[in-house]
Amino acid sequence: MMRLILIGLMFSVGVWAQLSAPSDKASLSAGKTQFEIHCAFCHGRGDDGFAANLVSPNLVHAPTDTALVSIIRNGILGTDMPPALGMTEEQMMQVAGYVRSLGRSAPITVAGDAAKGKAVYQGKGGCGGCHMVGGAGGKMGPDLTQIGAMRSPANLRTSIVDPNATLAGGWTMVHVTPKTGAQVNGIRLSEDNFRINLRDGRGRIHSIAKDQTTAITRDLTKSSMPSYQGRLNAKELDDLVAYLFSLRGAM
Amino acid sequence: MKALILFSASILTAQTGDWLQFQGNAQGHRYSELTQIDKSNVAKLKPAWSFQIDKLDKFEASPIAKDGILYVSEPPSDVTAVESHSGKVLWRYKRVLPDNVPFCCGKVNRGVGIHGNSIFISTLDAHLVALDAASGNVLWDVTVADYKKAYSSTAAPLIVKDKVVVGSAGGEFGVRGYLAAFDVKTGKEAWRLWTVPAAGEKGAETWKGDSYKYGSATTWVTGSYDPGLNTIYWGTGNPGPDWKGDKREGDNLYSDSLLAIDADTGKMKWYFQFTPHDVHDWDATQVPILVDQMWNGKMRKLALFANRNAFYYVLDRETGEYLMGKQYVRQTWAKGELDAKGRPTRLPNTFPTANGTAVYPNSPGATNFQAPSYSAKTKLHYVMTRDEGGVFYTGDDTYHEGSWYLAGRFVSKPGEEATGAIKAIDPATGKSKWEYPLSAPSWSGVLSTAGGLVFAATADGDMLALDDSTGKLLWRYPMGGRAFANPISYTAADGKQHIAIASGHTLFSFSVD
Ligand code: HEC
Ligand code: HEC
Repeated sequence: MMRLILIGLMFSVGVWAQLSAPSDKASLSAGKTQFEIHCAFCHGRGDDGFAANLVSPNLVHAPTDTALVSIIRNGILGTDMPPALGMTEEQMMQVAGYVRSLGRSAPITVAGDAAKGKAVYQGKGGCGGCHMVGGAGGKMGPDLTQIGAMRSPANLRTSIVDPNATLAGGWTMVHVTPKTGAQVNGIRLSEDNFRINLRDGRGRIHSIAKDQTTAITRDLTKSSMPSYQGRLNAKELDDLVAYLFSLRGAM
Repeated sequence: MKALILFSASILTAQTGDWLQFQGNAQGHRYSELTQIDKSNVAKLKPAWSFQIDKLDKFEASPIAKDGILYVSEPPSDVTAVESHSGKVLWRYKRVLPDNVPFCCGKVNRGVGIHGNSIFISTLDAHLVALDAASGNVLWDVTVADYKKAYSSTAAPLIVKDKVVVGSAGGEFGVRGYLAAFDVKTGKEAWRLWTVPAAGEKGAETWKGDSYKYGSATTWVTGSYDPGLNTIYWGTGNPGPDWKGDKREGDNLYSDSLLAIDADTGKMKWYFQFTPHDVHDWDATQVPILVDQMWNGKMRKLALFANRNAFYYVLDRETGEYLMGKQYVRQTWAKGELDAKGRPTRLPNTFPTANGTAVYPNSPGATNFQAPSYSAKTKLHYVMTRDEGGVFYTGDDTYHEGSWYLAGRFVSKPGEEATGAIKAIDPATGKSKWEYPLSAPSWSGVLSTAGGLVFAATADGDMLALDDSTGKLLWRYPMGGRAFANPISYTAADGKQHIAIASGHTLFSFSVD
């Protein structure tokens, strides 16, 4: 009964599907204040905290503003994302608006031509040697099938021209010198006190006991992705960003 | 006289193989007298059983073991009794929490208390509940504080004679911290000690303006008790707000302090503040370890304290006198030598700023809520330590009731990976006798046993047994889940010594066939 009434209410006032976070100046400024009080502890300024990056035009858990407000109100079960505490409905809406504005801070329309960008990706860029899109490509970098839904165009551009400035977690290149045999280089898959596991450039997985090594070095500040600064011209770069930004999921 | 002391000591150190307080005994040792598992047979240690909880929140509980039963708290505020030799469930208490309960760092609980046939749990909605040990039925349920004002409770209660002593959490929300004691039979409040003075009270002058109102100094990790001195020793947390101190100039008593409290009246006997005017969230909520030991040729009653701020302290627990303080983990915020009273001398440019200030250790500190251990056998203090730098930022310091009150944030120092170590610290010098390095810092506590072993889990859930005098690795078992809990040891109905710890969402119990 209760439930029927509720659904009825939602439809009649249209809150369900059409909830939309405010974007006027006053709300954004109030939302920023709320964000600093309630969210910055974990999310930093949006993209530099220890929790999920919120500087993105498309949040995985929050495709709609309704979903975003719901996450803010209820948290994400089973994760460290907590339900809102001591926030009014209005404040939740304001903070949702502010989160959306973070993802919008870069222009959502991109200058380049995605079709041409695809050609750069496959040809001159040689990106597919390391990255997969739609199940095809290499394994020495993150799968880019959904990258357009997770990163802003500005962030994508930086990833290409200055990879060290936007290091994606979990892709540390390590160099292991075993007691016998040649050095092994690859992406670290896991490491604990006793073992280190990595995947080399040919996709082979190495599981190495630490007590069988003489040295392990980890490139913590350096991406194994080369910078394309100067290797692609401005047009090619725009096209490539447009292509990446168009990658929104299953192919 | 001597016989009497021995008798009472044996009760308190659980000779029977039960584990009756959060730390095993009231003095905070997390040390087991059991010797069935020792250096010669630990290599044969195997999981005897495991027990899975049906929650996804972090499983931080340290169980209580009595007469063949383990009493385990589960997130968010539930209790399950399991047979201690089989892991089979005997009863469950599930608490329905109101919506919007406050919590800072997960819906967690770190354990229950036991007195006679009653089990006590401090809940996330800031109640204290007594359960019947045989059925899990509620005997009484009292409100300790108002969760709507962001009060919560996560620590295991400490049982002191006929009282249950409970701490407060909520230090990231500008609450006023307290420690409170309740009658075990009725739940009637016996006393409450506020950890931040009210206007006009002694200590209020250490807070600028009315900043004491949001002073925090919560008590979210279990303290210790000395029956001889009838005194409770309990550490307090950070002052609020965490990372910007401008509004609360002064020392901010009694934040980041060790408090000595009369167990009958709740009156403070003395305090020792480790980090005056903290701006890095270095709560002094570590477990104080109470030992009687020779100090400069004289037998003294000591409190040992491995602090989150990277210094190791020895205090006289009768008087609160500072005896020694030594850096035991990398730090860059204070001079390496504390002054004659144990007060740190801050180095310049170590306060958080709008653009970030890099400091060691990071906000989670040199150690945190990982329970330490003291072995009566080796006389060493075993501590799970972390080594990590942080970058600290200031933020908006406007207070809103019931909301986060942080005024800043921190990140791990970019380009570095945190590491850790299990350290065996000699309280006489503050130096490590040995260190067992960890590739990542762990949230597991440490247990030592009369079998000559030290147990702890690594960050990703490898359970380790180390030689207590050399730190040599003797045994390990991959549990496969991140460990946020503290190991215990007990004797089960099968007559065997067990070692139990939670990893991931599973409680493991190990024994030798
Ligand atoms: C205690 C730490 C913490 C606080 C405080 C916090 N978050 Fe989160 N948040 C997280 C974590 C951790 C995740 C990632 C959850 C996961 O594993 O999927 C997350 C995820 C999210 C997501 C989903 C991101 C995506 O890509 O889908 C959104 C949106 C979000 N948070 C918004 C907020 C907002 C807005 C606030 C303040 C009102 C806030 N969070 C406060 C920890 C926190
Ligand atoms: C030698 C292997 C390699 C090549 C070639 C390479 N990348 Fe990468 N790429 C990586 C690795 C490893 C990472 C993850 C570490 C980092 O963030 O730099 C990465 C990260 C990225 C990211 C960021 C992903 C995220 O989750 O934020 C993008 C976008 C990207 N690459 C695009 C490209 C494009 C476009 C090209 C071709 C122009 C390319 N990469 C070529 C290895 C490579």
